[in-house]
Amino acid sequence: MNAPNEFRPLDDTDRRIIQATQAGLPLTPRPYHAIAEQLGVEAADVMQRMQRMLDLGIIRRIGAVPNHYALGYRANGMTVWDVADDRIDELGERVGQLECVSHCYQRPRHLPEWPYNLFAMVHGKTRQEVEAKARLIADVLGQASRGTDILYSTRILKKTGLRIGS
Amino acid sequence: MDDLDRALINTLQGGFPICERPYAEVADRVGSDEASVIARIESLLQRGLLSRFGPMYHAAQMGGALSLAAMEIRPEDYERVTNIVNDQPEVAHNYERNHRLNMWFVLATETPQAQQETIARIERESGYAVYNMPKIREYFVELKLHV
Repeated sequence: MNAPNEFRPLDDTDRRIIQATQAGLPLTPRPYHAIAEQLGVEAADVMQRMQRMLDLGIIRRIGAVPNHYALGYRANGMTVWDVADDRIDELGERVGQLECVSHCYQRPRHLPEWPYNLFAMVHGKTRQEVEAKARLIADVLGQASRGTDILYSTRILKKTGLRIGS
Repeated sequence: MDDLDRALINTLQGGFPICERPYAEVADRVGSDEASVIARIESLLQRGLLSRFGPMYHAAQMGGALSLAAMEIRPEDYERVTNIVNDQPEVAHNYERNHRLNMWFVLATETPQAQQETIARIERESGYAVYNMPKIREYFVELKLHV
């Protein structure tokens, strides 16, 4: 038997748990027992495997994803920044700490079309609110930012849950 | 939205326990009872205030690959290319954005190789370049939408 945190590849039971839960957790008093019953395994095994996947970061977290748009955050701006490479890690961590930022990534530039390497998603009730929050990011970046833009989504063309692990 | 809606949205962003009666544990946290918590999460999902409830899997840790990609599409081709991109099962989300790069989508594939194949297919079928922007680093972010 593997220790709960020992690294080993996902096995068939792990993958079946992922498939059974990636659309959501059962809304019944004993959700892990419901999954176990569905898969024909022990509930303790399901809980131990999910805890192990959580500890290993295969599961980021178990919880709820709020729908920003439905909650009144209608202006969701992808703020993008051209940040000096030698400062991006230090500054990216600080931007991620800001209350208004929900995702923060370093991504590759595609010069000359796309000079931006830091992406910070900002949610606001209006575009003015997003722009005010972007100024807070600009303050953190200071001289290290050589250019910026804010991209708003103007239409959802497709939205499905991520389907992985099949 | 009432107080229980708000309390659940706020507390459930932080995590959900793995134990025999997790909804009862959440009920203790928010001063409610198990049956009400279950019914209310169901209602939050139905009303669209929560878009998901459950484990969030990390594609890269599972050997899969996740990327953000963008394209610059001329208006007359926009609908045609939208159909090509949306037809790929690997495309999870696709947004029109107000930029010269006016189409942005998330690719979720089992392997990095499948990601390259999907991009090549979109480029071939659409006749447009795809700018692939897989994350180099993710910076830690607190989950903190307070309602």
